[in-house]
Formats: sequence, structure tokens, C-alpha cells
Amino acid sequence: MAPVLRIDAVTKRFGAVVAVDDVSIDIGANECVALLGASGCGKTTLLRIMAGLEQPDSGRVFIGDDDVTAAPPYARPVNMMFQSYALFPHMTVHENVAFGLKQDGIKGAELTVRADEALKAVELGDLGARKPHQLSGGQRQRVALARCIAKRPRVLLLDEPMAALDKHLRERTQLELLALRKRLGISFVVVTHDQGEAMAMADRVAVMENGRILQLAPPRDLYERPANIQVARFFGDINVWNGVARSDGAVEIAHLGITVAVDGKHVPGESVAVALRPERIAVAPVGGPGLRGRIEDLVYLGSGTTYFVRTPLGGVVRVLAPNTGTPFAHGESVTLTWPAAALMVLAP
Amino acid sequence: MKPARSVLIAGLIFLYLPLLVVLIYSFNASRLVTVWTGFSTTWYGELFADRQILAAAGNSLIVAVLSASLATVIGTSAGLAFARFGSFRGRALLTGAMAAPLVLPEVIAGISLLLLFVALEQTFDWMPGRGLTTLVIAHASFTMSYVAVIVQARLSGTDRDLEEAAADLGAKPFTVFRAITLPMLRPALVSGWLLAFILSLDDLVISSFVAGPQSTTLPMVVFSSIRLGVSPKINALATILIVITLAALAAAAWIGLSRQKRRALQP
Repeated sequence: MAPVLRIDAVTKRFGAVVAVDDVSIDIGANECVALLGASGCGKTTLLRIMAGLEQPDSGRVFIGDDDVTAAPPYARPVNMMFQSYALFPHMTVHENVAFGLKQDGIKGAELTVRADEALKAVELGDLGARKPHQLSGGQRQRVALARCIAKRPRVLLLDEPMAALDKHLRERTQLELLALRKRLGISFVVVTHDQGEAMAMADRVAVMENGRILQLAPPRDLYERPANIQVARFFGDINVWNGVARSDGAVEIAHLGITVAVDGKHVPGESVAVALRPERIAVAPVGGPGLRGRIEDLVYLGSGTTYFVRTPLGGVVRVLAPNTGTPFAHGESVTLTWPAAALMVLAP
Repeated sequence: MKPARSVLIAGLIFLYLPLLVVLIYSFNASRLVTVWTGFSTTWYGELFADRQILAAAGNSLIVAVLSASLATVIGTSAGLAFARFGSFRGRALLTGAMAAPLVLPEVIAGISLLLLFVALEQTFDWMPGRGLTTLVIAHASFTMSYVAVIVQARLSGTDRDLEEAAADLGAKPFTVFRAITLPMLRPALVSGWLLAFILSLDDLVISSFVAGPQSTTLPMVVFSSIRLGVSPKINALATILIVITLAALAAAAWIGLSRQKRRALQP
């Protein structure tokens, strides 16, 4: 299926800073893509380029088959929900929602109907006469959303949509946004710095750093098949071991004194980074095959416990075990095992 | 009494005692300005019978309204350019040029404007003898700087999200200006206009240079009549002017305050 929005080799500089560095990304029909990264990684600039609020220095932007690289924001069938919501303070909620429709030349009864419809879709049907300053933070966010969806854009761009909401409201709003997207059948591009939010909402996540996309993949792949160490570290805790490939293809990890079999071909002598999620490691009392060690430290987390296990050669392995069996104590000797498939080879 | 409080009261007395004296003596019955003989409103009556003063008051009001309006249009354009156009060719020069009237001695401004108008008269025969038009231009040329400062301050205090959101919703640049920027600026426009109005109303130096014989303004009449001895009529006039000025300042402050209050409601 043809993409709804296509970013093709776009670069944007602010003075000496390269905010977006040769980025290409396709947004499919009815897809939700998250742009994830720390502040300053270029995700918001990329979103603003999609909206037409910034002009790229090079590269092209397509909406459907149309090249909109040079098109001003008012001529693009996409709408953006600002992090600040940017509600017009001198207009009522209803006027705010109707503003965008008026620009399309919609008048009279249809204008009222479409604005009411959008407000009803975000469950604010009876607050149309209020001014923005009379609303709560959550209600303001809904007005901003209604103002965008009233225009029936092909792509809805959301800049940190949950940033101003408290945690409790955030989770509910995530689910509501997803339901709304399904109902309306429009594509979303969500900018966020919260990997939990990105994973919960997006079909695909683009992890960004220094203006580049490190990896663009569905959430599960990012977690289980990260392309490199930065991406792996972005999604939770992880053990990263540096090893050397042997002639039989296995990787020897010197500081743990183990050799592991991994996917992929490696030249003998090549250094290879192997990663293992803490929750994929099983802890058992001493006995049987596996990596031996002593529990040096532990952190009780409620649903599980994080053990820091020191191996005889001095390496430390982080393990997250569910609190189901008998807990292990400080200084106890244990054996660690993991399924071979849990090992991930990372690009250096 | 706390020391800070007594300093405040001393400061207020220093500022407003002269005005209070004028106000009190405007109701004096005596012809001598410095001798109090009793309460009377005679001088107000005489004031409103004086054709010369009434004509000058009319001139002053016309010039103040027109020049304040002109200054608001030009000053707002300049403020917009400074706050919204980013860096452009000649920005530093324009910044200096807009700030110059704020610090330029009025005598210099007056002389240079007079020379300009005389040159225009000799070359193009434009505005022979000068009049209200030259006054309006001269006043607007310095009051617009104040408007530009106020507008620029207001615009740089608000982020551009609102204007960008309007553009994103399909509004073309002029619609964005009319529907979003202008309403956002309204308090700045009103207070800028009021300030320009007051500055024009009590300007004496520049007016003296550029006014024609038929376009004497109120401060000019007051100043010239004082040279012939102070009439208690002038006290009455001064009192009326003080009341008008205070009313305008109070209006500007009230608009600013109610805006702040509205803003305080928004986190």
C-alpha cells in the first residue's frame, strides 16, 4: 500500500547544529508511528517539517503522491496537536474547533454540525461555550484534539500529547487516542520521549538520536531485536557483554569465562557485543549446568527482584526474577541459565 | 512607622504635592495666584469663555487623536517586524532608528523636523506655513517608538504556537494576523495608543517648532500666557488636564491588569 506521508532523505540544520540528518521514513495508511528520543534528538523538528512549519534544507516530503516540500502549512492535509495545545484564548471551545473548518470555506449549519461532531468525539459536547482558561488540563487536550480531527486530516501529528497530563490520565488518554484512531481511520505520528508511551501507542517506533533514526521497527522487535546498544539501552535494562568470535562461530566472553553460540556469521577474532535482557535469565540454587555466581546485591521491586550476581572471574550479571519461589539471599551461590534464543548480537 | 513606608510617603509628596497645589488653587477666588481668599469656580467659567484656549484645546485633541492613531499603525508594524521576522537585512539599523526618538533631545527633533518641513515647503510648496498636518506627523514620529516598544514586548512574551496552530489549521498569513495576532495584541495596542495620545497632548517643545500660526496647541498657549503672568485660569486648565491624563493612565493600567488577571487563570 502506498504511504500516506513520505519523508525522503530530509536534512535540516539550525546554524551549525544538524537537527535532522538525512532521515527517510514512510507513514502507512492507518498506521501509528512514534518518533522516540531524548530532547534535542530532532524528533520535534521532523514533526514540524511534516506539518510544514519548518522547511528542510534538503530532501523531499510527500503526502500521498503530492510533493509538498515547498507547500506552506495551511495548504497541507495534515494537522498538528501542539505540546502547549495552542488553544486560541480569545475564542470559545466551539469557535476554536470551528476555526479550522472555516478556513476550508465551510459555513452555516454544516460548520456547527461538524464542530459539534468533533467535540462529541472527544466527549466535550456540552462545553462548547466555555473559554479555554475555564477548562482543566485534560479537557484542553481534548479541545486541541477535536480541533485537529474536525478537519479530517490524512495524518494527525501529535507533539508530546501526554506531557502535560498526570500519570493516571495519561494511560486512559493513550487508550482513548488509539480507539479514536481506529474509528477515524487516520494515520498518527506521535513525538514522545517516553518509551512506554511509544510502545503502548505505536505500530512502529523510530528511535532517534542526534538527528538520525537509529532503528525503525515494531515495539516488539525493538525490544527483542535491537539494532545496536543505544536502542537496546533505551528500552529498559540490559546486560551487554563484549566477546570475541572463535573459529567455530561461537563467541567467547572472557570476563565471564563462558562461550555462547549466537546467530550470524562472524570472522574469527572479530569483537562482538552480545546482549541479554535481565528477565530472560533464570536463577536456580547451585547445581546443574550454567553460569555460577554469588548474589552480591538485590533490589526488591514488588513484582520481581533484581539480583546482581558476581561470577568467579569478577563480572557482574543483572538478573530480574519474578517473586514466585523462595527468594535468594545476599551472598547465596546460584546458577544462571538462559535460553540460547534470548541472546542478541548488537552492532557495535 | 516603618522607614520604608515613610520613604514612600516622602516620594509621593515630592511627586504629587505640586499637582495638589495647582488643583487647590484652581478653586481660589483671588486674582492673585498665591493668596487664598476663598472657594470659587470663577476661573473655570472664565476658562470656558476664552476662545483662544478652547481653540487650542481643540487643536491639541485633534492632533493627539490623529498622531496616536498614526503612531499605533507604524509602531505596531515595526514591533511586529522586530518580534516576528527574525533576522533581516538592516535589522540593527532599524532597531537603532526606532529607539532614537526615545533618547533624542526634543529640541534636536524639533529643529530637524522644522528644517525638513521648511525644505519641503520650498521645494514642493507642500504645507505652506505648516499646520495641524505637520504637527500630527511630528508627534507620530516620536510616539511611534513607544508603541513599537510596547508591541514588541507583548509579542516576545507570547510564543508563536498560536500563530503556527492557526496556519496549521489552514489559515493564510493575513487571516492569522487578523484572527489571532491582532486580538492577542489588543491590550498592547490600546495602551500604546493611550500613551501616544498623552505624549502628544502635552508636548510643547516639538510642537513649538513645527506648528503653524493657526495651529497653536494647548501647552503652547499655557506656556506663552504664563510669560505674561500666571492667571488662575491656567490653574483650572491644568487641573482639567491632570484629570484627563490620570483617567487615560488609569484606563491603560486597568486594561493591563485585567489582562494579567485573565492570564493568571491559565497555568
